[in-house]
Amino acid sequence: MAKSSATKDALALFQSLRSAYAATPTNLKIIDLYVVFAIFTALIQVVYMALVGSFPFNSFLSGVLSCIGTAVLAVCLRIQVNKENKEFKDLPPERAFADFVLCNLVLHLVIMNFLG
Amino acid sequence: MAASSDTVTPSSLRQAFGNVFSLFILILIGVLAFSIRLFSVIKYESVIHEFDPYFNYRVTQFLTKNGIYDFWNWFDDRTWYPLGRVIGGTVYPGLTLTAGTLWWILNSLNIPLSVETVCVFIAPTFSAFAAWATYLLTKEVKGAGAGLTAAALLAMVPSYISRSVAGSYDNEAVAIFALIFTFYLYIKTLNTGSLFYATLNALSYFYMVCSWGGYTFIINLIPMHALLCIVTGRYSSRLYIAYTPLVILGTLLAALVPVVGFNAVMTSEHFASFLVFLILNVVGFIYYIKGMLTPKMFKVAVTLVVSAGLIVCCAVVAVLIALVASSPTKGWSGRSLSLLDPTYASKYIPIIASVSEHQPPTWPSYFMDINVLAFLVPAGIIACFLPLTDASSFVILYLVTSVYFSGVMVRLMLVLAPAACIMSGIALSSAFDVFTRSIKFASSGKEADAGDTGNGVTQNDVVKPDKNEEPPKEKSSRKKKKEKENVEKAPIATKKSERRLLMLPMEASVVAILLLMLLGAFYVVHCVWAAAEAYSAPSIVLTSHSHDGLHVFDDFREAYAWLSHNTDVDDKVASWWDYGYQTTAMANRTVIVDNNTWNNTHIATVGTAMSSPEKAAWEIFNSLDVKYVLVVFGGLVGYPSDDINKFLWMVRIGGGVFPHIKEPDYLRDGQYRIDNMATPTMLNCLMYKLSYYRFVETDGKGFDRVRRTEIGKKHFKLTHFEEVFTTHHWMVRIYKLKPPKNRMRVKTKKSKSKTTLTSSKRSATRKKNPWQ
Repeated sequence: MAKSSATKDALALFQSLRSAYAATPTNLKIIDLYVVFAIFTALIQVVYMALVGSFPFNSFLSGVLSCIGTAVLAVCLRIQVNKENKEFKDLPPERAFADFVLCNLVLHLVIMNFLG
Repeated sequence: MAASSDTVTPSSLRQAFGNVFSLFILILIGVLAFSIRLFSVIKYESVIHEFDPYFNYRVTQFLTKNGIYDFWNWFDDRTWYPLGRVIGGTVYPGLTLTAGTLWWILNSLNIPLSVETVCVFIAPTFSAFAAWATYLLTKEVKGAGAGLTAAALLAMVPSYISRSVAGSYDNEAVAIFALIFTFYLYIKTLNTGSLFYATLNALSYFYMVCSWGGYTFIINLIPMHALLCIVTGRYSSRLYIAYTPLVILGTLLAALVPVVGFNAVMTSEHFASFLVFLILNVVGFIYYIKGMLTPKMFKVAVTLVVSAGLIVCCAVVAVLIALVASSPTKGWSGRSLSLLDPTYASKYIPIIASVSEHQPPTWPSYFMDINVLAFLVPAGIIACFLPLTDASSFVILYLVTSVYFSGVMVRLMLVLAPAACIMSGIALSSAFDVFTRSIKFASSGKEADAGDTGNGVTQNDVVKPDKNEEPPKEKSSRKKKKEKENVEKAPIATKKSERRLLMLPMEASVVAILLLMLLGAFYVVHCVWAAAEAYSAPSIVLTSHSHDGLHVFDDFREAYAWLSHNTDVDDKVASWWDYGYQTTAMANRTVIVDNNTWNNTHIATVGTAMSSPEKAAWEIFNSLDVKYVLVVFGGLVGYPSDDINKFLWMVRIGGGVFPHIKEPDYLRDGQYRIDNMATPTMLNCLMYKLSYYRFVETDGKGFDRVRRTEIGKKHFKLTHFEEVFTTHHWMVRIYKLKPPKNRMRVKTKKSKSKTTLTSSKRSATRKKNPWQ
C-alpha cells in the first residue's frame, strides 16, 4: 500500500519536474547538456583510473579537474544568464559570457601547464 | 551615475571631493606604512636581517644571476653536507620571484639598484600594498570610512611591523598582502557574483600559495565560511560563484607550485575545501530543484531523496575516513597538527618546539603587538552584527579563527593583526559616525536633520549602486540602519523620539571623540616606539647603550668575513643550525645543518657532537668532513641568545635520535647551570669547552654575564680542536679540527699493541655514527 503511494508520488514528482524543466529556455538547456557531458567525461576518467591506475597522477588530476572545472564554470554561467535569478538582473549576458571565457582560458592554461 | 550627476550636483560634487580626498589619504597611508619601517635602515644600515632572510637573499642572488630555469633546478651542495638540498623544489618561490622580477624591471628601466637594496625594501613596499588591500577589504564589508581607518591602523600595527621592517626579507613580508588581497577578492566576488573576480581571486590565491605555507589558513577559512553560510541559511548563487571556481582553479594552481605539488589534493589540510565543494554543489542543486517545484512536490522529493541520499553519504564519509585514517599522521603535517593540538609539538617534535616563535604567546605580547586594538575588537564584532551580512560574517570568522591560532603560536599573531585592524577600523569608524552626527544634529537643529537625511539617501544611492549585498530592505541609507540600531536599543521610543535618540548629548559626544582621539594617539605613539626601538634590530649587528655611549657589536659579520677570507672555498663549517643560513650566505662556506631543519637526524648528529666530550665530538665532526666549528658565545658582553642558552635543545634533539645523550646528565637537580655545581658531563662537553676556552683570561675570574655566575671549570686545554679565530667581543669563536695525530702520541705513550686496541675501539664507536 505504502509502496504504491511512494511510486505514485515519484511518478508525480517526475512529471512535475519534467513539465517545469520544459519551460526553461533553450540556451539554458544547451548549457545543461554541456554540464552533463563534462560530468560524464569526468566519470569516465575516474572509472578508467579505478581500472588502470592513476600513474601519471598529474595527467589524471588535470583531466578530471578540467572536466569538473568546466562543469562548475558552466553552472556559474547558467546561474548568471538565467532570467529568473533576480540577483543578476544588472549583469548583461554578454558580460557573463566574457567572464566565463576568461575563467575558462585561465583554467585551461593552467591545465596545459600541469599536464606535463 | 551620469543621470544622477546631472540632477544632484552638490551631492555628487561632494562625492567627487570625497573620492579625491580618500585617494589622497590612501597615498599618505602608503607613505606612512613604508616610512615607519625604515627605522632599521636609519638606525643601523641597509642590511638583511636575522636568519631566514639571508637564505632568501642568497636564493634571490642565484635567481638574478642564473635565471629562472636554473633556479627551478637548483641543487644546492653547499648546505646539509653531505646530503645537499634541492632548493627549487623546497622553497616557496613567491618572495624571491617577486624580488627578482622587481630587480629585473628596475634594471631594464636603467635604475641600477643592487639586489640587496631591492630585497631590503621589499617588505616596506608590500606593507603599503597590504594597507591598501585592507582598505579595499574593509570597504567591501562596511564602507569607505571604516576602510580608511582600518588601512591606517594596519599601516602601523606593531605585530606586522615586527615582520616587515626594511631588511626583514622574509616570506611573511609579501604573504600578508597576498592574504588580505585574497580575502578582499573573495568578499568582492561574494558581493558581486562576478566570475571575473572569481578568476582574480584564484590567481591571488596562487600568489599566496607561492609565498607562504600559511596559505592553508585561506583554504580552510573560506570553506568554513561557505559552510557557515549554508548552515545559517544564507546560501546564495553568489556564494556558489565565489567558492566553486576558487576551489577548482586554486587547487590546480597550488599543484603547480613545486613545494606544494600533489599535496594540494593528498593532505588533510585541503580536504575540507573538497568536502565543502561537494556540499555546496548538492545544496545548490537542491535550491535549484526547490525553485522549480511547488512546495508540496518539493516535500515529496525530499522524503524520497533523503532516504536514498543518506546511505550514499554515509558510504562516502566512511571511505574518506578510512582513507585518512590509513595514513600514519592522519595526513596532517607536523606543523598543522601542532596548531590543532597545542601540546603536539612539545610531545613529539622537539625541533618545532625549540623555535621560540612557535611557542604560545604571553598576555603582554598581545598588548605589545596589537595594543589598543585588543580593546576595540569586541566593539568591532558588535558593529559587524549590525547588520550581519555575508561579508561581515566572514570578517568575524576570520577574527575568531586567527585569535585561536595566535594563541597557539606567537608567530601567527601576524595573521591576527589584519583581522584586529579591520575590526577596530569598523569599530572606530562607526563610533565616530555616531558621535559626529549627534554633534552635527545638535548644532544645526531639526530642519537640517531632515534635509541631511534626504541628502544622505541620495548620496548613498549614488555612491554604492553595486552595493546589493543585502536584501532590498537594507538598501536604505546607513543613517537608517543606525536608527534601527537605536530602535533595538530602546524599543519603547516612538518614531519622533527615535531621531532624538539618535543623538547623544553634545557634550558627551565631544568628550567621547576627544577620548577616542587620545586612544588613537596612544596607539600611534606605541607603534612608533615599537617600530623604532623594539623591532628594528637586525640581530646581526647589535648595539648597547651604556654610560659611556653607544657600543656596536659587529661580531657576526667579522666572523663570517674571516671565514670567507681565511678558509678554503670547499671547507665545511659546523655550527648549530641557527647560523647555517648566515654562514652559507655571508661566508659562502658549506654547512652541515641550516635553518631549514628538514632532516632531524642530521641536526641530532650535530647536537650529539656538541654535547659529547671532545674526543667523541671530534670523531663525529671528522666523519662529516668538518674543518671548522663555529660557536656563538655571549658570556663576555651579555648576549643572551648564545649557544650555551640553546644548549639544552641540542641535548634534547640529539638525545631524541642517539639515546646515549641523556638530558638529566646535564642538569644538577633539574637545574641547568654552568658554575662549579654543574655536572661533570656538562663541564666536559664540547659546547662548554669551546665556549669557555681561555675565557678566564679576560677578567681573571671567568664571570659569565649572561648566566651571572662564575664558570665551573676555568683552566683547561683542548686536545682535538684549536682556536683559530675569536671576534672582538668574543661573540663568535671559530675552532679548527686538529688533524689526527695518532702516531706521535702513541710513540710517547705505550706499545704498539695498544694502538690497535684504541683504533679498533674507535671503529667500534664510529659504527654508531650514521654518516660513516
